[in-house]
Amino acid sequence: MAVVNTGPAAPVLRVQDVHLSFAGVQAIGGVTFEVGPAELLAIIGPNGAGKTSIFNVLSGVYRPQRGRVTFLGEDLLARRPPEIAALGLARTFQNVELFHNLTVLDNLMLGRHHHFRYGALAAVVWYGRARRAELAARARVEEIIDFLELEPWRRHPVRLLPYGVQKRVELGRALAMEPRLLLLDEPVAGMNLEETEDMARFVLDIRDELGIPMVLVEHDMGLVMDLADRVLVLDFGRPVALGAPAEVQRDPEVIKAYLGGAA
Amino acid sequence: MTDVKSGPAPSAPDIPTGRSRRVRGRPQLYTSYAQDMALLDTPAKRVSTGLLVVLALALSVVLADRSLEVLAGAYVLAIGAIGLNIVTGYAGQVSLGHAFFVAIGAYTAAALSGPPGGDVIGFGVAEIWIWLPAAGLVAAVAGVLVAPLATRLRGLYLAIVTLGLVFLGEHVFKEWKALTGGPGVGREAAVPQLFGYRLDEDGPLGTREQVLYLLMLVLLVVFAVAARNLARSRVGRAFAAIRDRDIAAAVMGVPLTRFKVLAFGISSCYAGCAGALLYSVSGYVEPGSFNLLLSVQFIAMVLIGGVATVSGAIAGALFISLLQPLTRALPSLLPVVSADTTQTPNVFQVETVLYGLLIVLFLVFEPRGLFGLWVRARNYWKSWPFSY
Repeated sequence: MAVVNTGPAAPVLRVQDVHLSFAGVQAIGGVTFEVGPAELLAIIGPNGAGKTSIFNVLSGVYRPQRGRVTFLGEDLLARRPPEIAALGLARTFQNVELFHNLTVLDNLMLGRHHHFRYGALAAVVWYGRARRAELAARARVEEIIDFLELEPWRRHPVRLLPYGVQKRVELGRALAMEPRLLLLDEPVAGMNLEETEDMARFVLDIRDELGIPMVLVEHDMGLVMDLADRVLVLDFGRPVALGAPAEVQRDPEVIKAYLGGAA
Repeated sequence: MTDVKSGPAPSAPDIPTGRSRRVRGRPQLYTSYAQDMALLDTPAKRVSTGLLVVLALALSVVLADRSLEVLAGAYVLAIGAIGLNIVTGYAGQVSLGHAFFVAIGAYTAAALSGPPGGDVIGFGVAEIWIWLPAAGLVAAVAGVLVAPLATRLRGLYLAIVTLGLVFLGEHVFKEWKALTGGPGVGREAAVPQLFGYRLDEDGPLGTREQVLYLLMLVLLVVFAVAARNLARSRVGRAFAAIRDRDIAAAVMGVPLTRFKVLAFGISSCYAGCAGALLYSVSGYVEPGSFNLLLSVQFIAMVLIGGVATVSGAIAGALFISLLQPLTRALPSLLPVVSADTTQTPNVFQVETVLYGLLIVLFLVFEPRGLFGLWVRARNYWKSWPFSY
């Protein structure tokens, strides 16, 4: 495994030897990696390799049997999903998991949930704390709407929107959390060429303009090889290779995982 | 339509949210987020809401006392329906136990306001501004105690457990004669008194029914506006997120348990206040009235009116309450239907069947309820004479 210099600063996310299994079926078997500041790490692998399981471990949905995960120096494994979100870890989902009866605006505003400090009593009164906080949040959310070009759909319930736009709204909701690390689970799955190119542009903008480090799970190899700084390859929950895209592509173990063993 | 943002406000230290201005001839031109996020954001909404309030006030002079009493009861039921809509419509936690919380509110208020030293418990505090919040608070505490069930169960299982609550409550209220007077006897309900002035007697403000009507109207407006504010705040968004996708909501930073408990607490508070007020209209509480039928009535109001809308809950409550005088008139029109509960078929059975039938019809043909019908009508006239 080649070691790539991720810069002088300390890594944002450090995953050490994580093991996760469901009643004897091993989903993740000893995965270790780090994500540096402003780095874009891609995780690839055949179906069932454990890519989404890693995301679920990071966001607190699954609890691994062994291993350590630290995010900005904080231990993630002892925390529940809302606490992890409050630390600044945001994610999107493989199958769009938006709040489909809410409008685009409300979905993005919900992303800012943990930035609000007012309680139910202030909410009922509205005038005062709640209104001030909501107005400030709205201004922030409008910046994201502008950034992701979602203006035409502000007031639409997301269930009525085309799939490609829903994917973008989900990215917007994650950005509204003002994350310190962004996990993207197959952001271009099922998209056509134009939608894929749009999404690639947004991902690059997020890294270059907002400087948010990202972990990307994706099956579109062209996208992964073009965007990623480093690539982690998994097969049946075990790490096969970790390195720059060009090196990983030549790795015989990776070719074996994708095309099957040489007879 | 026109969503024009003004230039950066120089005084604001943070991101500018715009300065509110009214441009003559451009009523829908918003120059600030405050205008865009207002509850009554269009002139049409402002005018129609104003007209509705004026109409409701005018009714107190125009209508006969008997009709005013029915309407006052309808407004109180609307408060209860808004409460059920908060937990079931917004937060998506199906509750059949609403009648239980209504009962807790009714008895808290009745016990506080009842005369001390009588046959039943009474503390002689008849001031409405004491017993109404107290009823809401006690019911809210009961709701918070029940809520942990909702964090373990969902959907039908939660519905069954809350259903059990109604039967438990019904039994307790029938047996606890010191509080409720027992079945068939009942007790005097809470007396609405404001700074020593009895609101349930004819006085300088008008007849008993007129005063009660106006009191309930004011309270309904207060509770409805509060619910709308809650719905558009972070709390309402968190409720809707839990309803639509609970796991995604947790990953986005919404603590599920805390907000489910909050939803039950607020909903029960509304139910408690509704219970306290409901029986001060009739002046009498009977422990047998807090049964499953009352819960089903509230469910019917929410489903017929419109799930997750405050105006829908009010419309549903008015619809169901105004249906009752019609069904109660049935025995005189249809001799087959009896007014006696021991006979079959009687009015109450017809009512139960009717609620069920209406729920089914609305769920099949217009799941958004009366509110949905209104939206359809509005959209039709928006583009008239074109179809879209």
